[in-house]
Amino acid sequence: MRRVDTEFERIVYPVGFGLLVLVLWEGIVRMFHISPALLPPPTAIGAAIFRSLPILWEDWVQTVVKGALNGLWMGSFAGIAVALVIDRYEFLKRGLLPVANFFAALPIVGLAPIMVMWFGFDWHSKAAVVAIMVFFPMLVNTLGGLSATDAMQRDLMRTYAAGHGATLLKLRVPAALPFVFNGLKIATTLALIGAIVAEYFGSPIRGMGFRITTEMGRLATDMVWAEITISALTGTALYGLVAFIEKRVTFWHPSQRG
Amino acid sequence: MSGRHTLILRQSFLPVLTVAAVLLVVWYAAAIKMNATWTYDQAARAGTQPSFSEVVSDTMQQDRPLLPVPHQVASELWKTTVLKKITSKRSMIYQGTITLKTTLWGFALGIVVGVSMAAIIVLSRVGRLSLMPWAIISQTIPIVALAPMIVILSNAAGAGSLLVPKAIIAAYLSFFPVMVSMVKGLTSPDHMQLDLLRTYGAKKSAVFWKLRVPASMPYFFASLKVSVAAAFVGAVVGELSTSAISGLGARMLIGSQFGEPMIMWAALFAAAILAALLIFTVGAIEKILRRTMGGQPV
Repeated sequence: MRRVDTEFERIVYPVGFGLLVLVLWEGIVRMFHISPALLPPPTAIGAAIFRSLPILWEDWVQTVVKGALNGLWMGSFAGIAVALVIDRYEFLKRGLLPVANFFAALPIVGLAPIMVMWFGFDWHSKAAVVAIMVFFPMLVNTLGGLSATDAMQRDLMRTYAAGHGATLLKLRVPAALPFVFNGLKIATTLALIGAIVAEYFGSPIRGMGFRITTEMGRLATDMVWAEITISALTGTALYGLVAFIEKRVTFWHPSQRG
Repeated sequence: MSGRHTLILRQSFLPVLTVAAVLLVVWYAAAIKMNATWTYDQAARAGTQPSFSEVVSDTMQQDRPLLPVPHQVASELWKTTVLKKITSKRSMIYQGTITLKTTLWGFALGIVVGVSMAAIIVLSRVGRLSLMPWAIISQTIPIVALAPMIVILSNAAGAGSLLVPKAIIAAYLSFFPVMVSMVKGLTSPDHMQLDLLRTYGAKKSAVFWKLRVPASMPYFFASLKVSVAAAFVGAVVGELSTSAISGLGARMLIGSQFGEPMIMWAALFAAAILAALLIFTVGAIEKILRRTMGGQPV
């Protein structure tokens, strides 16, 4: 009934829509002579990006590489490790899962000022905020994934005389991977938000959050938009990277075979 | 449904309590350890040698502790909710209602945007192809970076207060779960059902209103709890990043700027309590609505 989308259409339509928005934006700004302090046209933003590549690079390293990525791997490893431990004990699972689920829904980003108080202005406090923000979704998703096998599969492992370790390694961890990657996708976005927000509470004189607030104060809106563009590209690239690895690692899963 | 539910509740009651108790003990221990440095510093300056019990009791009553103990946070919350007049700026209830207002506006806006985008995506091929990737990309963009621009633009567009940009930020985070669920729900009718409507000679609009929309309702309700939690996080993030002066997020900012950790902690816990209440309320409304609409218990 419905036509199948071709690869060509799947690329052309979104790109076309994006370009249309950019052209409209440029046109409206020029036609109505909107002040560049209010909304700079895309061409001006592009120019700002090329003009200040070194600054943007410095901010990117500070916020993304040092703050977000450090927090991301710490929080993810901790989340997965705790999930593997909890999984062994039914009692802990019953007790911690509701608590973790609740924490995952909280605005943990509010811890940012406290972390800045504890760990200082540099990237350590940002990584701490990110690690805590990332921890709970990773924990909840990994735990969900570890219970994704059905009784039949576990029984089969038992008939092989496989112990807890072998069952975990050969059956339950692989089965949990799609869930873990789902958690990671949520985590990458949270990581950027956490790293940028934490900079609002104090930072050295570099970093994307710092730059956005200071350039905002000088009404250098094109520079703010340049940082927004970089953060958007980073967020999308990180998400894309996780999706790419997921495709490679969980190629056997029905959701990847399309 | 309720039988199974209470069983799960009873089975997890004791474990949850245990976990909470352990967390409290860890918290007290950490607070004593972290605050002790300050106590020893003070004692060294005064030239005294405090005993262990003196140190422990001092760590629990500092004015600006690195980590306040639970009962300090509880008493600060009590002071700023029950003992303060609701109209006072220091009242967490006053600040909470402001955050709540932002959340609800953002939630409502998020539902409208999410449902309409889902309708466009399901009804139009071009819409689906061009909107869906951008909807996903929108969620990978850190909203906090956009927040200052949203403030400026909504101000220029004539919005008098900060409520509009904050609600937009909350909606930005909360529309996505609704949209994803609604797309799933609106496309959930199978071939058999669609074919039946074709044999009735139903138009596309009739198929939409009489089959797709009713079929999508369980999915819609299932997304609401996630969505309201996202709206609340968005409201707090919005307050943090728009330099708002009222709301729970703004209290955290103020506590940080004036070096008053107790304000930060009280605001943080007030936010947690409010989030729990919101999720619980939406869950209850969802259950009632589903029952009155004759939905199948899940």
